[in-house]
Amino acid sequence: MEKRAHISGWTLPLLLILPQMAITVIFFYWPASQAIWQSFLREDAFGLASEFVGFENYVSLFEQPEYYRAMVTTAIFSSLVAFFSLACALLLATQADKNIRGGQAFKTFLIWPYAVAPAIAGVLWLFMFHPTLGTLSKPIKAIGIDWNPMLNANHAMTLLVLSATWKQISYNFLFFLAGLQAIPKSVIEAAAIDGAGPLRRFWTVIFPLLSPTTFFLLVVNVVYVFFDTFGIIDAVTGGGPAGQTTTLVYKVYADGRLGGDLGGSAAQSVILMIIVIALTAIQFRYVERKVQY
Amino acid sequence: MAGVTLDTVRKIYAGNVEAVKGVSLGIEDGSFCVLVGPSGCGKSTLLRMIAGLETISGGEVKIGDRVVNQVEPADRDIAMVFQNYALYPHMSVYDNMAYGLKNRGTPKDEIEKRVNEAARILAIETFLARKPRQLSGGQRQRVAMGRAIVRKPQVFLFDEPLSNLDAKLRVQMRVEIKRLQRALGVTSIYVTHDQVEAMTLSDKLVVMSGGQIEQVGTPSEVYRRPETRFVATFIGSPPMNILPGQVEGPGRVSVGGQSIAVTDMREGLIPGSAIEVGLRPEDVQAGGVGTSSLTMDVDFVEELGATQLFHGKVAGAEFIVQASTGQLPADTRKLTLAVDPGNVHLFDPQTTKRLGRV
Amino acid sequence: MVENRPFAQFMAYLTLALGVVIVAFPVYLAVMASTFDTATIINGNMPLVPGNQADENYTRTLLYGGMHARQPVGGMMLNSMIMALGIAIGKILISILSAFAVVYFKFPFRKTAFWIIFITLMLPVEVRIYPTYKIVADLGLLDTYTGLVMPLIASATGTLLFRQFFMTIPDELLEASKIDGAGAFRFFKDTLLPLSMTTIAALFVIQFIYGWNQYLWPLLITTKSSMQTIVIGIKMMITTTDALTEWNVAMTTAVLAMLPPVLVVIFMQRLFVKGLVETEK
Repeated sequence: MEKRAHISGWTLPLLLILPQMAITVIFFYWPASQAIWQSFLREDAFGLASEFVGFENYVSLFEQPEYYRAMVTTAIFSSLVAFFSLACALLLATQADKNIRGGQAFKTFLIWPYAVAPAIAGVLWLFMFHPTLGTLSKPIKAIGIDWNPMLNANHAMTLLVLSATWKQISYNFLFFLAGLQAIPKSVIEAAAIDGAGPLRRFWTVIFPLLSPTTFFLLVVNVVYVFFDTFGIIDAVTGGGPAGQTTTLVYKVYADGRLGGDLGGSAAQSVILMIIVIALTAIQFRYVERKVQY
Repeated sequence: MAGVTLDTVRKIYAGNVEAVKGVSLGIEDGSFCVLVGPSGCGKSTLLRMIAGLETISGGEVKIGDRVVNQVEPADRDIAMVFQNYALYPHMSVYDNMAYGLKNRGTPKDEIEKRVNEAARILAIETFLARKPRQLSGGQRQRVAMGRAIVRKPQVFLFDEPLSNLDAKLRVQMRVEIKRLQRALGVTSIYVTHDQVEAMTLSDKLVVMSGGQIEQVGTPSEVYRRPETRFVATFIGSPPMNILPGQVEGPGRVSVGGQSIAVTDMREGLIPGSAIEVGLRPEDVQAGGVGTSSLTMDVDFVEELGATQLFHGKVAGAEFIVQASTGQLPADTRKLTLAVDPGNVHLFDPQTTKRLGRV
Repeated sequence: MVENRPFAQFMAYLTLALGVVIVAFPVYLAVMASTFDTATIINGNMPLVPGNQADENYTRTLLYGGMHARQPVGGMMLNSMIMALGIAIGKILISILSAFAVVYFKFPFRKTAFWIIFITLMLPVEVRIYPTYKIVADLGLLDTYTGLVMPLIASATGTLLFRQFFMTIPDELLEASKIDGAGAFRFFKDTLLPLSMTTIAALFVIQFIYGWNQYLWPLLITTKSSMQTIVIGIKMMITTTDALTEWNVAMTTAVLAMLPPVLVVIFMQRLFVKGLVETEK
């Protein structure tokens, strides 16, 4: 896309773009290139000298069982949150799309969790499911489950999935609702005339037409779980128990905090960058297709 | 006030696309000049070069005696009315009209005087406080004109200003623009693809095609004596019929074996050579008797109220005849057409130029 | 509407009501907890109706903070507010200027400049966290508002949003301005800026929420407790050994931390939705 009309002059636009360029270079490109460079270096124990070690940092990273565990954790966490938050949001959006009284009010009441910080969301759910004082822990214990997210990794993961899903539903809901409202009513009416009942209409007409939205949300949700859930994990489990809820991003943070292995931490960052770029590329390919469509 | 002079003006876009191919034109001070042509003929580009919105790739544009090739649009002393009006959506009607004057540092009371005067002329005094989106299409059009008037420029430029209006309003605004231009006497250059607008508005009609001028003249000159086949078929509705023919001799051509007398014919054409014979639908007499005649097979009739259009074929070519309603029965299958020698236009099939008297 | 059967309507209400309850319940509990004393909460029998400690909890939390951290939450909220406003305003400022340059001028390396900005869309601050930390530290910006804000405004979202909006403005408006004698600055001030107000507001809402809710970055670069933001502050309150956690203070803080962004979403819902949908395009 290009404008036909332009304003003449060189210096003014360069001045206008300068602040953004400066900030981007200093706080984005410089650190990113530092990370890449450091991932090929090894520092000595005192941090005084460093030598070029090629891919050694990456090799040793992939020799750590903890790194694989973080990958698996991230994969499980991502897929569970993406699935549940998309499913719940789609259900709510289809209901809100029906022409009912007070639809707008429901919409307002469903979207505000977007504004809650992930860490706060984590704290809320931790409080609700706290093993000793949680309001909802008692009924769980009453049915014979020894509920303790502080000690049991599965329980901890469940709690993380619940809080991450809770926070993400509002976002997905908004996009699904927009997607549903963009479907021409005549298509649905045509399906009704063709004799399709409500459920059949949903699966054969509405859901396929929503697939671009669904795909877009899928990618966004995965990215969300990768990065934005950091606050939830840090607040609820701190990566525990015994590192069993440590995701890739949390591991970068945790390893770096212990200090020491700068090269290894940088290598982890680089791998994360590659994953995000891949995800974004997938998303762009989809966007491109949507444009052509 | 000033005239506008174009001297071999060219526009070459990136990729060597030549949109305007050396146009020379003189527009007299105070006249109303209309540039007409199909889309892509370069008429808008030419207008935008005069406005200073496009750079000039070659040649010279003069407003009055001043060469303005390198002059900023704001300093050319022109005003422009855009097709989509280009009103500032966030400003009131008053501010829209006053903006150009404010930018030039015109004193406040002078601005007020001029805006109110323009508003009075255009009958938009009651809308001055409104925003453009609260106005109808015709009202926006008036505001756009008001914005041009208040500046008291040397030249008005109109870029298809009426094409966003519905048919009825278009006719009404057309009349108003003409009246306004007469009253103000400002040199005006008007771009349109609508030949009716072009005919009715212009003192000077410029027909363009493919980045070049096809013909310049008064509307009646262009209509009566089109210089090229393109002009002949572009100006006039329904368009001029073109029939394949042959030269018989001085003042005579034949079409489908029928001989026709022609008044305006180049001398020295070789008998037997091919020639194109143009006849306007309104210039042939259906059922009449004249010095020359043609026969037409009628396919169907279009009723237009006061007139009827007979569609059919003459000498194997498509042909349309316009006749007053009731003059002929609607189920006519065959027509004899009387042709006045003065109404026959001849064109060279190769160059498409008129083959009239020199 | 194809069909509007009463049963379908009823199911819709039921589902939505259930959704609202699930969405609201954790927050309801937090609000309740902010009205009791620690003991009532710790014994695990907190009632589901409000207690009478609200005044006490909120006053103490805002002015003095928890027993261990002893950092007034009021101050934390101020820090959060400065960071959120700084990020929102900073981002709007630099991105509207750069979008203006990229869309309305032709200058050398324009495409390159655009891509340099565009690429940043792909990498959130989390993946380059330590190198960025090091640079901020080297610049002496740890424990400063500048250090909190600057790295987080280095992203393309705003530029893209403004670019997208500018592209919808008809070219003729610039041309009319040129003929009306307005230069680049006047065109920006008199035409572009007034027309961009909705976009600016929408971006502001989204960026305010984004800024207020930042966690990892402030966690890293604030060492002084006086620079803590409220979202970090609440974490500090509950990491101490379980028995000592003052849940009433923690939950009061949670409610206070949610309040500004949630109010923004509720009262500026239209702008919020617009901003959210359009920045993600």
